[in-house]
Amino acid sequence: MSETINLTLRVWRQKGPRTQGSLETYKAIDISTDMSFLEMLDVVNEELTVDGKEPIAFDHDCREGICGMCGVVVNGRSHGPEKGTTLCQLHMRHFSDGDTIFIEPWRSKAFPVIKDLAVDRGAFDTLIQAGGFVSVNAGGAQDANCLPVPQEDAEKAMDAAACIGCGACVASCPNASAMLFVGAKVSQLALLPQGKPEAAQRALSMVRTMDELGFGNCTNERECEAECPKEISISNIARLNREYFKAGLFSSVM
Amino acid sequence: MELDAKIPGGHLKDKWDRHRFELKLVNPANKRKFDIIVVGTGLAGGAAAASLAELGYNVKNFCIQDSPRRAHSIAAQGGINAAKNYTNEGDSIWRLFYDTIKGGDFRAREGNVYRLAQVSNNIIDQCVAQGVPFARDYGGLLANRSFGGSQVSRTFYARGQTGQQLLLGAYSSLSRQIAAKKVEMFTRREMLDVVIVDGQARGIVVRNLVTGELECHEAHAVVLATGGYGNVFFLSTNAMASNVTAAYRAYKRGALFANPCFTQIHPTCIPVHGTYQSKLTLMSESLRNDGRVWVPRDMGDKRQPHQIPESERDYYLERKYPSFGNLVPRDVASRNAKAQCDEGKGVGDTGLAVYLDFADAIKRDGKDVIEKKYGNLFQMYEKITAQDPYETPMMIYPAVHYTMGGLWVDYNLMSTVDGLFVMGEANFSDHGANRLGASALMQGLADGYFVIPYTIGGYIAGTSFPEITTDHPAFKDTAKEVRERTDKLLSIQGKRTVDDFHRELGLTMWDYCGMGRKDEGLEKAKKKIQELRGEFWENVLVPGNDKDFNQSLERAGRVADFLEFGELMVTDALARRESCGGHFNEAYQTEENEAQRDDENFCHVAAWEYTGDDKEPEFHKEPLDFENVELTQRSYK
Ligand SMILES: Cc1cc2nc3c(=O)[nH]c(=O)nc-3n(C[C@H](O)[C@H](O)[C@H](O)COP(=O)(O)OP(=O)(O)OC[C@H]3O[C@@H](n4cnc5c(N)ncnc54)[C@H](O)[C@@H]3O)c2cc1C
Ligand code: SF4
Ligand code: FES
Repeated sequence: MSETINLTLRVWRQKGPRTQGSLETYKAIDISTDMSFLEMLDVVNEELTVDGKEPIAFDHDCREGICGMCGVVVNGRSHGPEKGTTLCQLHMRHFSDGDTIFIEPWRSKAFPVIKDLAVDRGAFDTLIQAGGFVSVNAGGAQDANCLPVPQEDAEKAMDAAACIGCGACVASCPNASAMLFVGAKVSQLALLPQGKPEAAQRALSMVRTMDELGFGNCTNERECEAECPKEISISNIARLNREYFKAGLFSSVM
Repeated sequence: MELDAKIPGGHLKDKWDRHRFELKLVNPANKRKFDIIVVGTGLAGGAAAASLAELGYNVKNFCIQDSPRRAHSIAAQGGINAAKNYTNEGDSIWRLFYDTIKGGDFRAREGNVYRLAQVSNNIIDQCVAQGVPFARDYGGLLANRSFGGSQVSRTFYARGQTGQQLLLGAYSSLSRQIAAKKVEMFTRREMLDVVIVDGQARGIVVRNLVTGELECHEAHAVVLATGGYGNVFFLSTNAMASNVTAAYRAYKRGALFANPCFTQIHPTCIPVHGTYQSKLTLMSESLRNDGRVWVPRDMGDKRQPHQIPESERDYYLERKYPSFGNLVPRDVASRNAKAQCDEGKGVGDTGLAVYLDFADAIKRDGKDVIEKKYGNLFQMYEKITAQDPYETPMMIYPAVHYTMGGLWVDYNLMSTVDGLFVMGEANFSDHGANRLGASALMQGLADGYFVIPYTIGGYIAGTSFPEITTDHPAFKDTAKEVRERTDKLLSIQGKRTVDDFHRELGLTMWDYCGMGRKDEGLEKAKKKIQELRGEFWENVLVPGNDKDFNQSLERAGRVADFLEFGELMVTDALARRESCGGHFNEAYQTEENEAQRDDENFCHVAAWEYTGDDKEPEFHKEPLDFENVELTQRSYK
């Protein structure tokens, strides 16, 4: 049953990428426990607006846990306390009356803050551009059923492909590594016959680009897997390492 | 204005081939001399930008979100249709064509829909080649499921994340072209106007949403793939940034808007639960394959669902439509849910919900099978409602979902403005008065991968282009108008927030221009919208300034356009004196409460021309000729 709670919010406010930010305090009053976290922020923003203050900037779009646009650190946890849940799918019934909630942006060199809680994740697009695709032009494909894929492989590929590119893995990692994100894409395509011809090139190029963009190294902390809202498995990182190793050993595309 | 749809001659089956042969070609080496702007990175825009770049054109691609991968298409759940007939049930291009025409209640063009069915198979091939992980059978071949409005299983899917996987496929092709420097990508940009030079669309004005700067971009042709306008209702299943602005600005520059009143209300969404609510969540229609829809037989029965014995339940869809049962098309399912609730049989706290029950399916197939098919949807439902649909029936209610109306385009997907093309949900062309499930993804990708790459070439090859740059006065003037509008929005400093206006507009649209429409209600809505719009421009409160990442300002611009566009929808609804598909005027219904078309007088596309602010738009008619199918009263009994 729905009830209402009162909360204290400590929210990171920062005017722009090059300005200093700080935590500001706001009250969130009469919050229905059926609200989503973002709807709670909407309510606070409406009040700030009416009071002549600037509302809190935060990214969001689908509010269904699929676009990967939302994401902040809630009480030190990426996307908040619920496992396997994006911020937009987190509901206020997981908080209690009187709680103080700390709300901060993703923090990583590769994701500079744009304003308040919104960050620039363009580095993820650059990573995909480095090889997260199969080189096939529109028009030339053969009949789809000419290429059977064992169901198990297809399912595993789908598990990896479920990544929404939100960046929580990077934000949660002590090294700000993007290995889970890259591992998911490399795995999806390595598991499918379509991805095989370019597998070596892909693994090498994506890993190299990851380094260039300022993401850190993976030291097996497993925070990424724990905080990933789509529960992408770190077995994808192991597969990425194998693909990378294989590419280095057997290919001429270094 | 004569509306010429430019449908090629010849037999339906040969039209597209013939047209492709007759279209002029741009020599491969010359393509790099032409620039094309594509606005939008959803299935339509993403596929088009990638494909045009593959052909050699220079593409500039724009989107509102921080990455092209986040376009609203990502949220599509259920699947995509194709006429592969892998299931051997007797499907064919003709059957997909026929189902789509009939599902649209005979208000779409035969030529366009046939082409859509023809290229549907290429789409699946293309997506598989990109590595889209579609669901597969044990033998490793592609799996299919069925969807509303069809009696064959022709829907391809990737769990409940089909839109995501198709979009990521298009995004991967797009990323490859960005890396190849054939596409220049502009994220966090909002198109606020189109620039027309000597009657040709030659560019756009966009706002950089991070810095607030207005930027001008020129090209030889402009392609809009900016999605649908469902958010005019405030609450819808669309993503928060979905808007009508790009399409509406084009309308104000001379592109006709077709059938704006055709909106689709999806039958299976999670019911509204509070006034703070920001959006509605769809539960994929594929659930109707296994879920049974019911309400208590008696009015006002407030017992918990498990306390209501089988004999006191009314499985009203199965009862009324024995051959399609729970799989009737969306408009029929939605109207029936509303009718049950209007009769006082609705369930849940608000009485605005019906049950969707999986108990029988779980008994028949086992929980595992159901979980594999719908696991993520059940999980999403539980997250939002804190109820477990494996144990207790889901509660669902219709919600605004898709807009069949859009900018008028001809067979080449060109609007009434030369060089301005429109694709995907933003155009009006393929779904008539009602879209069947799993056909929007098909249309977006058909337009982007397989139609525009040819038709835009035909336009470019046959057109002479004066040399221009963004220094041309048309760019300066358009940018100035955009700036003045933004300044105005910020200067009002009234008392009501943007969302407050938006919510009120949405309620008006839902009450009077939603599932059941009446003339008096529509008249009332018109007046209310005009008043609200008047108040908006005097009393809206937009905080912050324009040289900044200002999300309130973004929304204010969109809501300002919705406040004009809503009236256009109502005007269109009033003018269409019949019921068809998603447009249901209560004065026109059969004895069995089905939509009653008037083929003699309304078998046409209604296309509206902007004539000035606060002036009635001018009506234009494109008659629809049906040479290959017989117009029948749709029956799903
Ligand atoms: C929840 C949900 C589930 C669905 N499930 C299915 C399904 O299973 N099967 C099916 O066939 N259909 C489904 N649909 C419908 C389908 O998803 C959409 O109709 C389709 O994806 C629209 O694609 P599009 O490319 O036309 O536009 P969109 O995907 O909406 O993309 C619009 C693009 O335009 C950009 N844009 C918009 N305005 C501007 C502007 N002013 N300036 C710059 N850029 C702009 C956006 O940033 C975005 O990139 C579903 C819809 C919803 C809401
Ligand atoms: S791997 Fe998980 S946390 Fe990282 S971007 Fe993908 S979905 Fe987000
Ligand atoms: S808003 Fe799309 S994932 Fe949260």
